[in-house]
Amino acid sequence: MAERSRNMRSQEKTEDTKNVREKMARKRSKDDYEEKPEQVFDFNVIPAEEDDKDLSDSEDSVYSGLDDSGSDSDEEGSDDEEGSDEDDGIQQLKKPEVAVGVAAAEDKKEDEYENDSSDEEDIRNTVGNIPMEWYKDFPHIGYDLDGKKICKPIRNKDELDEFLDKMENPDYWKTVHDKKTGSDIVLSDEQVELVKRLQRGQFGDVNFNEYQPSVDFFSADVMIHPVTNRPADKRSFIPSLIEKEKVSKLVHAIKMGWIKPRRVDDDSKGHCYDLWASEDSSILARHRMHLPAPKIPLPGHQESYNPPPEYLFSDEERALWEQQDPTDRKLPFLPMKFSSLRQVPAFSRFIHERFERCLDLYLCPRQRKMRVNVNPEDLIPKLPKPKDLQPFPTTQSLVYRGHTGLVRSISVSPSGQWLASGSDDGSVRFWEVCSSRCMKTVQVGGAVKNVSWNPNPSVCLLAVAVNSMVLVLSPSLADRQVVSSSEQLLVSQQETEIMEGLGNVSWIEAEGEEQCQGIRLKIQHPKAVHQVAWHARGDYLASVMPDHSSHLQVFIHQISRRRSQNPFRKNKGLVQCVSFHPVRPYFFVATQRSVRIYNLVKQEMTKKLQANSKWISSMAVHPGGDHVICGSYDCRLSWFDLDLSTKPYKMLRHHKKAVRGVAYHRLYPLFASASDDGSVIVCHGTVYNDLLQNPLIVPVKVLRGHVPTHDLGVLDVTFHPTQPWIFSSGADATIRLFT
Amino acid sequence: MGGLQKKKFERGSATSYITRNKARKKLQLSLPDFRRLCILKGIYPHEPKHKKKVNKGSTAPRTFYLVKDIRFLLHEPIVGKFREYKIFVRRLKKAYGKSEYSDAQRLKSNKPTYKLDHIVKERYPTFVDALRDIDDALCMCFLFSTFARTGKCHVQTIQLCRRLTVEWMNYVIVSRALRKVFLSIKGIYYQAEVMGQLVTWLVPYQFSHDHPTDVDYRVMATFTEFYTTLLGFINFKLYHSINLVYPPKLDSKSELELKEENEEDYAMGSECSVEKLSALSATLARVVSSAEEEEAQLDQFPVEGEDLEKMEVREKEQKELEDQKKIFEGLKFFVNREVPRESLAFVIGCFGGKVSWDKSVAIGSTYEETDETITHQIVDRPNIDKRYLNRYYIQPQWVYDCINAKILLPVEDYFLGVTLPPHLSPFVEEKDGDYIPPEKLKIMALQRGETSAQQEEEEEDDDEEEEEEEGVDAEDNDDDDDEDADENNLKKMEEQRSQGKSLNVTVTPGKVKVQNRERLEQSEKAEEKRLAIMMMKKREKYLYDKIMFGKKRKIREANKLAAKRKAYDDSEKAKKKKARK
Repeated sequence: MAERSRNMRSQEKTEDTKNVREKMARKRSKDDYEEKPEQVFDFNVIPAEEDDKDLSDSEDSVYSGLDDSGSDSDEEGSDDEEGSDEDDGIQQLKKPEVAVGVAAAEDKKEDEYENDSSDEEDIRNTVGNIPMEWYKDFPHIGYDLDGKKICKPIRNKDELDEFLDKMENPDYWKTVHDKKTGSDIVLSDEQVELVKRLQRGQFGDVNFNEYQPSVDFFSADVMIHPVTNRPADKRSFIPSLIEKEKVSKLVHAIKMGWIKPRRVDDDSKGHCYDLWASEDSSILARHRMHLPAPKIPLPGHQESYNPPPEYLFSDEERALWEQQDPTDRKLPFLPMKFSSLRQVPAFSRFIHERFERCLDLYLCPRQRKMRVNVNPEDLIPKLPKPKDLQPFPTTQSLVYRGHTGLVRSISVSPSGQWLASGSDDGSVRFWEVCSSRCMKTVQVGGAVKNVSWNPNPSVCLLAVAVNSMVLVLSPSLADRQVVSSSEQLLVSQQETEIMEGLGNVSWIEAEGEEQCQGIRLKIQHPKAVHQVAWHARGDYLASVMPDHSSHLQVFIHQISRRRSQNPFRKNKGLVQCVSFHPVRPYFFVATQRSVRIYNLVKQEMTKKLQANSKWISSMAVHPGGDHVICGSYDCRLSWFDLDLSTKPYKMLRHHKKAVRGVAYHRLYPLFASASDDGSVIVCHGTVYNDLLQNPLIVPVKVLRGHVPTHDLGVLDVTFHPTQPWIFSSGADATIRLFT
Repeated sequence: MGGLQKKKFERGSATSYITRNKARKKLQLSLPDFRRLCILKGIYPHEPKHKKKVNKGSTAPRTFYLVKDIRFLLHEPIVGKFREYKIFVRRLKKAYGKSEYSDAQRLKSNKPTYKLDHIVKERYPTFVDALRDIDDALCMCFLFSTFARTGKCHVQTIQLCRRLTVEWMNYVIVSRALRKVFLSIKGIYYQAEVMGQLVTWLVPYQFSHDHPTDVDYRVMATFTEFYTTLLGFINFKLYHSINLVYPPKLDSKSELELKEENEEDYAMGSECSVEKLSALSATLARVVSSAEEEEAQLDQFPVEGEDLEKMEVREKEQKELEDQKKIFEGLKFFVNREVPRESLAFVIGCFGGKVSWDKSVAIGSTYEETDETITHQIVDRPNIDKRYLNRYYIQPQWVYDCINAKILLPVEDYFLGVTLPPHLSPFVEEKDGDYIPPEKLKIMALQRGETSAQQEEEEEDDDEEEEEEEGVDAEDNDDDDDEDADENNLKKMEEQRSQGKSLNVTVTPGKVKVQNRERLEQSEKAEEKRLAIMMMKKREKYLYDKIMFGKKRKIREANKLAAKRKAYDDSEKAKKKKARK
């Protein structure tokens, strides 16, 4: 028993040594605690004892002791110290020897308890493990077992002796100094051998074979004999409490549903059956809002591996394709041609495209869009054929040439025989309509802004707007009676000469050469006159002087009484043009945005027409007086039905450029507009007497002929009073007649 | 007054839409789970009609779901499964963290799974609905079945996809449903008519994919998960509709034939059956063995007038279809090893041909190259050493072109080493005014049974037609030209007059202006139209302009293609001439 306990103790010690191998072995067989020590004991002894002593002096010191060049320069020179140093080393070396010796003795001796403790291995000196310097000054170096002083040996070895010893003594190299006893010991050959073996890291015992074949003590084979003879523990017969606790915990967890029993492998996942065996319509209800994803468009010829050559990209197309952003490209791939199927490579963006499709399917917002599926022909309104709406001017028949500047204005005499035109070259010309002959040219000394023939057929007068003057001409191009009556009209004025009510308009009688040319009267205005307009009776004449800042924009002159008056007290905007109502006492004033209609008898405004355009350029009043058309610079022509509303009944956007002039035909249901794009558009505009029926407007002809010059095309347009003919004057200094 | 004040955005469209984040919060799901749920249930965002109203006055870009859809998701059992799965992952992590391996094992064995059957049924209440939406499923499964069995996705998924696609192809072969094939640079498009629905799918060429990094495979895998389920059910139904056993089994006879060969050379035991099926050459087992196929004969109904014509047309179409299905009947093909075997075996099988290949290429070859009865050998190399006299050596494009043309095309254009005629897309249906490549015209002529001499004439006719088309445009300008000429004459005279020269007042005999009445009428009509267009309302004009712009662009594109083709042909001719010299 004692042996066992000792073994156990040594076993514990070995644990402390952290002998890894040992530990591993123990780990392997933890349960076989008892058997183990006996097995390991033999080779445990040495390391254990080695460890007992302080090994802190490390191997270095051992070597320095054995080395020949023992004396170092930094030593203090004292013998004792040097000696003690060496002693230390020797002691270190000696210990194993002693141990081995003891061990060997143990083997031999029966009584193995004699040297029980490793502490008692060397008991010649009882001072213990102390630094021997403490005894430096004493004659003794300790006490033996009997308590007697151990005297220091008489040492008088100085360096010289040492040296001589070194030189002469053949055993010097195996002589070690024992500090504790102070004696020199000569090691035996076996001991030297042992030291050498240990230095080499071998086992001290020569006979020990470290590579013995290991006997597999615990094997799979069941032996008939038990390994130990130990009876089974009691605890092996009674149920384990810990296990019981664990089981109860598991049972509880299962009861509570925390642990589920192992699931039976469900192979029904991949199992297929007839899912649509019973098609019930109950689920269908949800699908009302469902928008199925559009299918991927089918590939065209260009996607073929061997497309027709016209589908391949040329170099420019290819460069363009590469430059474009991938989202802008019309084709998401480059068409390519391969001469045979085996040369076709994998499509590098295949997975990308599939992935993008996936994203589209679940991320892209869907919306039902009504696709317009209209036949474009159905969109075109059904209008009466122009053929059925004849007569209207269709072809250009005459060109009146002679002017050198752009022809601003034209006017036809009420009889329809004569045409007057005013141009920027400072002349007014009279043409015979049928022959295009220029009958008369009157130089007026300034760009003519407007000409207007007196609508009264019994007089033959022409009003001309030049600079700040309005001239009244008597061209004497009618039969004598008419000429004389017109002269009469002018003369009668002379007789009843009353000075004008307003000081800034002066009536001047023309004289001399001007008289010869036909100019009869000059009405001097304060500002430049842009337009003149006659009243239908031919006695009143309105003139326009556009000005932002003044209320003096419109004058109404009475020829017979030579009187002028300004009807407006306030400035309501830049006046573009004015016109008299053909039958009733109304006066139309077109400002830039609107047309105002004044009742001349009541002296008040009756209506204001909103044109919704910028800016009104021209205006014409229907001969019936209930309709007005306005041309504007934003290419529009607006038709107002005065009975209907103050907003345009119809906006016509036929022209590409600014509309310069508009005109109604006096007899036929025709109206025309002239524009800067060089075209005159003739429209049919029937006005019904029935108030419920809206006017019918049909464009019937686009007349071209004028050449746009300086961005100006056709400047004025007017109808023949009786025939369905139309005159237009243009910036190319010509007047054209379309019949 | 009285009543509560109405608040904005509390009724109407604002309440019927919900943003994505709100929907997510309502469902208490993480974004990936929400995404998966949307994919599986087929829920997609809707674009509201008035975005600003729905977005409560803000114009920020947001995606909206229908509130109804989201409410419908709330009751989905799969949502619960997702949550369970989340918990499962958390537990598993914890178990591993505590190194409780047995617990982890137990957890793993109890991994929550879900089935998608009810979702399939819900999304596609009828079988036809499912068939209509099968395009994407097929494309995806064919793509996944070509993936390498490493990384990216589970091997089981790939195997499942492979099995399903093979089953699908077998069904198409047996039912002779294939209609069109197209070799594109992306892959091979197939179009089949299954139960009256046109199904188109794209199969990539057999190469390994280099997997892009900017693709989220989780999304694709979720889609595939649903698609495989769907495809499984569809295959089941389709197989049963034509009296075949599902999962497909080989006929006992062909089973025996295949057994003779050494199976283990080709595949592992588990994959063997799929491999055998994928040979696409064996007949499949039927539920009722040797059941004769009963052709559903159309009963003759007494019909009159228009219906009769329609009927005739229908019958004619039916006949054509029957003919097309039997194009390759009686032909024996042999496929060389450099040719895509699976595609050709599939396609030829669909049209009644027999096909075989070298034994070492794949399982299921039925006869060898030395067989004397082979009529066509499909080769894709410039030359071949050993040739048999009694068969044509053709390039693979011939097979596909024949199918699209619905007739057997002359083989001369497809011999080895010959420059192939262009491969045209069968999906393009030209309307009048579209550009038709001359090759298509040729094929159309062949279909009508005309000889090549007639074709050339036709081509010329086409050229003339084109010229006429151009002529119409030119006419509009003619009138103006006439006027201009008159004007010029006048001008000249004026000039002469102004220069003081005496006009040479000679009277030349007038020429009778031959007036082309037709042309006059046409120009009159054109003018009428132009005038009418002027009177259009603004909105209609806009629409009209848009339509006309589109039409003109189409014409322009067609003209461009024609011009390109002409330039190409000219250059080719020049080259030929040079070569001749």
